[in-house]
Amino acid sequence: MNWILIFLAGLITYFLRYSMISFIKKDMLNEKTKTLLGYVPSAVFPALIFPAVLLDNSASFVSYNDPKILAILIAMLVGFFSRKIIATILSGLISYWVIIFLL
Amino acid sequence: MKSSKIFTKGVLDVLPLLIPVFPFGLIIGVIGVELGFSPLMVFVSSLVVFSGSAQIVLFQLVSGGASPLVTLTSVGVTNSRHFLYGAVLSEYLEDLSTTWKIFLSYFLADQSFALSQRYFKENSSLKNKHFYLLGSGSTLWLVWQTSSLFGIFLGSIVPEELGLAFAIPLTFLSLIIHEFRKIDHLIVIITSGLLAILFYEIPFKAYIITASLGALMIAWIITNIKYKKT
Repeated sequence: MNWILIFLAGLITYFLRYSMISFIKKDMLNEKTKTLLGYVPSAVFPALIFPAVLLDNSASFVSYNDPKILAILIAMLVGFFSRKIIATILSGLISYWVIIFLL
Repeated sequence: MKSSKIFTKGVLDVLPLLIPVFPFGLIIGVIGVELGFSPLMVFVSSLVVFSGSAQIVLFQLVSGGASPLVTLTSVGVTNSRHFLYGAVLSEYLEDLSTTWKIFLSYFLADQSFALSQRYFKENSSLKNKHFYLLGSGSTLWLVWQTSSLFGIFLGSIVPEELGLAFAIPLTFLSLIIHEFRKIDHLIVIITSGLLAILFYEIPFKAYIITASLGALMIAWIITNIKYKKT
């Protein structure tokens, strides 16, 4: 059973990836829809960021002085000014480690 | 531009994102085995599913005794965001052969999507721009397979105290950080985040797609305002 579930999970995931790429044709999207689709990363990724930072394993809010909150704020600032992926990730991780290990 | 150059650009651009991908792959390997799956099963799941969030959902629900229907629904709902990714990239990949589309779709992960969307937008006239998705996606794929193998056989070689799970939200932040200067994107970003918190406990991990669609509704209003002005 587990084997079947793994393959079905793979099939479902693949279908989700492939379906729109194969289905949508150029003339199906007008300029307005294309503009809307440009917002997809900004609409999807925060849904993965906010809960991971603000909620704990039991889905209640972490305290305001949780190291993750300060670290992600630093990463946001560094990323805002540098506009670099690597700077955002590293500044966040390093400040997180400084907070939990040194402070 | 030469295809190999575009491929290499994809590989280079995805390198910073591997800092969080590698430990996440380790975690997947460790969790899968800990939750009672055989090493081979865990590895095959990395091969056929190739999506960390879906694999975690799969392992946790199966080991928790959820029914197959609930398990697969959760996997589908968790990963339904890839539906949107495909829709976004379709515009740029339309002229490719079906074989290419079948092949490239396999590499469409969160990170390769976000990078490719930016690259395609800026280089929409390049005929062989899809090599960028191939380069970034296949690099991610290789590191994902390697790191899950490490996790399966070596266990948690990265100490848990490092809190590397925090690298996951940092990854997603880094992928949209260039949009923070635009007020319209900022509104969409905050809407999505708040909706995700609000809907966090609805079944099947549907908060991700619910928050995404809610934020897209706001984006639709913004788009309409923009078009009215011009």
